[in-house]
Amino acid sequence: MKRILLGLMLAFAPMAPVHAVQPDEVLADPGLEARARAISRNLRCPVCQGESIDDSNAPISRDLRLVVRERIMAGDNDAEVLDFVVSRYGEFVLFNPRAEGANLILWLAGPAVLLLGGIGAFAYVRRRGQAAPAPATLSAEEQARLRDLLGK
Amino acid sequence: MIVEFGHFALVLALAVAVVQMVVPMWGAYRRNAALMAVAEPAAMIQFVLVAASFAALTYAFVVSDFSLVLVVQNSHTLKPMLYKISGVWGNHEGSLLLWALILALFGACAAWFGGNLPPTLKARVIAVQGSIGVAFLLFMLLTSNPFLRLAVPPLDGLDLNPLLQDPGLAFHPPFLYLGYVGLSMAFSFAVAALIEGRVDAAWGRWVRPWTLAAWVFLTIGIALGSWWAYYELGWGGFWFWDPVENASFMPWLLAAALLHSAIVVEKRESLKAWTILLAIMAFGFSLIGTFIVRSGVITSVHSFANDPERGVFILMILAVFMGGALTLFAFRAGVMEAKGLFAVVSRESALVANNLLLSVAAFVVFIGTIWPLLAELFFGRTLSVGEPFFNAAFSPFAVALAVILPLGAMMPWKRGEILRGMRPLLPVALLAFALGTLVWAMQTGRTALGPVGVALGIWVVLGAVLDLWSRTGRGAFAGRMARLGRLPRADWGKVTAHAGLGITIFAVCAMLAWKTEDIRIVQEGGSYPLGSYEVTLQSVDEVQGPNYSSTMATMIVRRDGALVATLTPEKRFYPVQGMPTTEAAIDYGFWRDIYLVIGDPQANGGYAVRSYIEPFANWLWAGCLIMAFGGLLSLTDRRYRVAAGASRRSAAVPAE
Repeated sequence: MKRILLGLMLAFAPMAPVHAVQPDEVLADPGLEARARAISRNLRCPVCQGESIDDSNAPISRDLRLVVRERIMAGDNDAEVLDFVVSRYGEFVLFNPRAEGANLILWLAGPAVLLLGGIGAFAYVRRRGQAAPAPATLSAEEQARLRDLLGK
Repeated sequence: MIVEFGHFALVLALAVAVVQMVVPMWGAYRRNAALMAVAEPAAMIQFVLVAASFAALTYAFVVSDFSLVLVVQNSHTLKPMLYKISGVWGNHEGSLLLWALILALFGACAAWFGGNLPPTLKARVIAVQGSIGVAFLLFMLLTSNPFLRLAVPPLDGLDLNPLLQDPGLAFHPPFLYLGYVGLSMAFSFAVAALIEGRVDAAWGRWVRPWTLAAWVFLTIGIALGSWWAYYELGWGGFWFWDPVENASFMPWLLAAALLHSAIVVEKRESLKAWTILLAIMAFGFSLIGTFIVRSGVITSVHSFANDPERGVFILMILAVFMGGALTLFAFRAGVMEAKGLFAVVSRESALVANNLLLSVAAFVVFIGTIWPLLAELFFGRTLSVGEPFFNAAFSPFAVALAVILPLGAMMPWKRGEILRGMRPLLPVALLAFALGTLVWAMQTGRTALGPVGVALGIWVVLGAVLDLWSRTGRGAFAGRMARLGRLPRADWGKVTAHAGLGITIFAVCAMLAWKTEDIRIVQEGGSYPLGSYEVTLQSVDEVQGPNYSSTMATMIVRRDGALVATLTPEKRFYPVQGMPTTEAAIDYGFWRDIYLVIGDPQANGGYAVRSYIEPFANWLWAGCLIMAFGGLLSLTDRRYRVAAGASRRSAAVPAE
């Protein structure tokens, strides 16, 4: 429902091309600004196609960028800023899914498959080193072709 | 009339494809030469018919025939000719027609060049290729017909999305599709071999050039897309881990794995079952990629529900081909016993490791891409998976691959020794480590990415050079130099592609680690420092383009007072689609790109201006091109020309 509402908001918003990070948003302290940039790269624009709020031109992204900077100025640490945004917009806005609950499947699938595949590959390689050599034989068709070739 | 002719040709192509699928397959089963001989003309006729259909649609776009729905929706009379033509494939229906065209082209190529394939294998390959053609032609005619007419044609069209009106993107889809669809040949060879019940060294040799060609096209296609994103989207990013990008990256990874495992089949007659499986999966991921891009399912489950017809159809194609091929594989995998023996430390094992890393990396990209969908379906959570996840989950695989690459590439077949293999590489490893450390010391306080990129790049590139040099044997320097020129092209291709990968890895790390960014308000006539440069915003003018209006800034870049470049970044507005775009201005350089973007006018005068220095940007595209060039070199190796039947004279195949 929230996303439908956002979509409607976007539809009726004036189509003024707003750009990603505007000069007037930039914080005076370069250290804090760097933190804000790092956080915004991890936050997804709620109404765009997979853009972070750092790259997005949508008005709502500008609002979110300002919210992030406000929270930083208010003394929040990075995790608190993210918590604040997630509590309002849901985990949809996080580009880096938190490794908890069902998301553990996402985070552990790669290492698990690598481990299983690694064991399988190693077992295969070991077997190839020990197996008896298979005799090289030609099929009847190949025998015929060989005779054919040698005959010429 | 011409449009109706195209429509008719498409329907006829479907009928021919059905014949191509059924008759040769039956003929191969009955060992009937006459029935098998249908394969060749059928494949060629199908290609000619689809090509005629494609030409008819192109004609409709060129003359702006607005009685066609597709032309109305994607073209405009004022659009430059290049984009009228690229508009043919800049939409769902047209891109499917391009897909079908390339599919038929590969089928026809198998008929043309498959001269010395065993007749039954050839008939079956072309029949399987025909069956894929049937599926996609049906898909088009039933759900996505490009030839639908309008009863009352409008006076003008709705124009192509301005972001797509760009030379880089005009040629991006054809290359990508040549790659995607090229993998269908590997699939057809795999399925035909499974039906045949026989996989041997010859099969490995036949399937490799097709895979290599597909991989080369995919590499170029992905590089073009990435380059386009870099200069068009206006902030110098080059890869976004977007589902659509991932859709092209997964087949690329699997095609790279398949290339390497087919070498083991060809040279050592091992890894047969795995190679067949990879060939099936590589094309499977091409289909999955098509599904992702065409159904919109990943963007949101809801957008899928808006137009489920197409998505369900592609899903059915995927289920039939993957399900069928994998079932066949399960029944026949036992037939493919391995012959070659090898020790744990050997080239074969190194290639197994290469395959493991590449395919698990593809799996990681896959699970990251579809996780939002799975989470929503099964856990009711709407979430996103983006760059931070992929960077964390994928990078270890890239690093591990780069680390083992030079070692594995120089490892002897059958049996090697780690220490002996390492000895010639030791100086390279030390140099890479030393330079990485040096860079690390020089740039205190920044990420480790840059130094790691330097070390890996040097390791892989010099490792490849050493690999080539070691192939010249022993003896005097001059003799080895002379022998260098006589090495088989496949050797040159291998080291060229590996070196290209090293350059690409270095450039990716350098661009991510050492980018300089500046965002500020600049008054007309004002100047500001950017790194060691000074940039002046000289003027901002309104300019009229053919189908857009533009706000064009003239900016001058100087270094120590000397002129470096005059750049004109633009902000364009396309009135037909009501869409603004940014056109960054880039001064391309060997060591760095200067990347300028003009933003909005500010209330108190002046303009928002973003400037970037992108270090080693050109190295990234150059690395990709070198990789693709390596593939091409390998493709021109004489043993493929001999094997392809292009040259009938008997030639000694260079021993490896």
